[in-house]
Amino acid sequence: MPMNTDVVGAKSSNTSLMIKRIVAYTVLILLVIVSLFPFYLLIINATRGRSQPGIRWVPDHFLITNFKNLFKGTTAVAYGSVWRSLANSLFISGCTSLLSVYFSALTAYAIHVYHFKLRKFADTFILIVMMVPTQASAIGFYQFMSKLGLTDTYVPLIVPAIAAPATYYFMKQYMASALPLEIVEAARIDGCGEFKTFNKIVTPILKPAFAVQIIFTFVTNWNNYFMPRLILESKSKYTIPLVLNAMRYAGPQEKDVGMFSLYIVIAILPVVVVYLCLSKFIIRGVALGSVKG
Amino acid sequence: MKRKSISYAKWGYIFLIPFFVVYIIFSLYPLFQTFYYSFMDYVKDQGAVGGGWTRQAVEVTPEFCGLKNYSAIFSSGSDLLQAFWNTIIMWLVGFIPQIAVSLILAVWFTDLRLKIKAQGFFKAVIYLPNVIMASAFAFLFYSLFSRGGAIYDIIKIPLLESAWGSRGIVGLINFILWYGNTTILLMAAIMGVDPSLYESAQIDGATSNQTFWKITIPLIKPIMSFVLVTSMIGGLQMYDVPALLTKDMGTPNRKLMTVVMIIQSNKQGNIGKASALCVIIFAISAVVGMLLMFASADKDGKKKKKKRG
Repeated sequence: MPMNTDVVGAKSSNTSLMIKRIVAYTVLILLVIVSLFPFYLLIINATRGRSQPGIRWVPDHFLITNFKNLFKGTTAVAYGSVWRSLANSLFISGCTSLLSVYFSALTAYAIHVYHFKLRKFADTFILIVMMVPTQASAIGFYQFMSKLGLTDTYVPLIVPAIAAPATYYFMKQYMASALPLEIVEAARIDGCGEFKTFNKIVTPILKPAFAVQIIFTFVTNWNNYFMPRLILESKSKYTIPLVLNAMRYAGPQEKDVGMFSLYIVIAILPVVVVYLCLSKFIIRGVALGSVKG
Repeated sequence: MKRKSISYAKWGYIFLIPFFVVYIIFSLYPLFQTFYYSFMDYVKDQGAVGGGWTRQAVEVTPEFCGLKNYSAIFSSGSDLLQAFWNTIIMWLVGFIPQIAVSLILAVWFTDLRLKIKAQGFFKAVIYLPNVIMASAFAFLFYSLFSRGGAIYDIIKIPLLESAWGSRGIVGLINFILWYGNTTILLMAAIMGVDPSLYESAQIDGATSNQTFWKITIPLIKPIMSFVLVTSMIGGLQMYDVPALLTKDMGTPNRKLMTVVMIIQSNKQGNIGKASALCVIIFAISAVVGMLLMFASADKDGKKKKKKRG
């Protein structure tokens, strides 16, 4: 008898499991559609003409026209050059991501390896300031930069990347698990200087952490709208989101949804490509970042 | 033996120099400066009186005015207080579905009996919007929902012309941007739960509902509160989406104006008031951040005590 009920129980739980599975897959597929639908529409819109009444599911034939219009001189005059904006964003994001990982690693290395009086204090200090949003000092930042004559330059957008508390925290976590102090000691015995040890021996060990954080910092800066908007004024220095914003101000005469959509596709393409290649590592990095939280 | 007596401590300080110098110049000093301005009557005139041709700001000396800027924010019917409500409402509209959906997805992904296939694919797709610029989403959704746009043509309702319609769209964009991220964080938390707990629950005949409420939820509380706090601080800084959607105007009827939009538009204008807004953002972030820290520290303390006992 008990065996019988067991079998019955298993069967009923099997059907309920089946139902649950169907529900789960249905919801997941719906969410996949919700997540991908904007991208699909963007790509379709990029092949459509200036005004786009109604929804369209298959590509139109305006892609080449939009391409030509996008890189036309008058477009650059009206909204800022598309080429320049791509180059500017690439420059800023490249510099910030490299500076941020290198100096965050150096900072984390100082706390991880050396024993000094203010070590605990420095560590706690950085953890606390991690919570402070950039916007909280925005007005003072802008006023100070304008006093120094640094508004409308890239200095306020790039140099602050040296002090990146979140990247520091990630590096510290990574070092705790992947950088045994014996390596540092061995280097010392071999007569390697402290700075050289960090550059030649430690950084290669940190490569995986560097990769994850370079991607994150790059993407954050590539997508950043607040800071460039705060600091930059001249169109030749505009980054992608600023040009996008300028396009929002286009009057009904100049408005060209096809061309604008193509610009967005070009702007997000590099990030999408890198993401598709490395999504596994990126997702693992996201999970790692806060497990301790 | 001699080598050991060499002190390496100075290198610790040397390696910390770049971080702290940059932090003090570009963050700490501006933060204090913002605090200082927030107690000042400091309005820069952009020369708009002279026709707005000259970009030269008229220099004014800030004058101490006590808490006037703050009381102006909290006076009833103030524009700035409205901005706080707008920000909170738009955050909630996005956050509530986000946490609910993420929790369900995280439970499904980690359910050993459910065995969801192609998890890598699903995770990659739902996280994808998080790496895309929010401005792009704002732009696309504007072109879809405004009059003459593709979705407007189907539903025939000008959603962007009503306060709740636009807030709903902002919430939807924030949901799409962030639910993948939250799912992954919660998954990591659930996978960190001791599997033997689930096994023993199963042996004791617990239903999956019971397991969820009695085991999963209490054990992932630390990460749940982490998600809540970071999302709250992030939501408070909401800027890109409403700013691009409404051309910085916060239309309709300033019901989409967020706090940071006001700060941004006053960087050269009413500096005193904008600074006070910055300080309030700082204060709220500090309070919720500290609550989180104390909550997790408390947990650790309890664990240690238990181990000792």
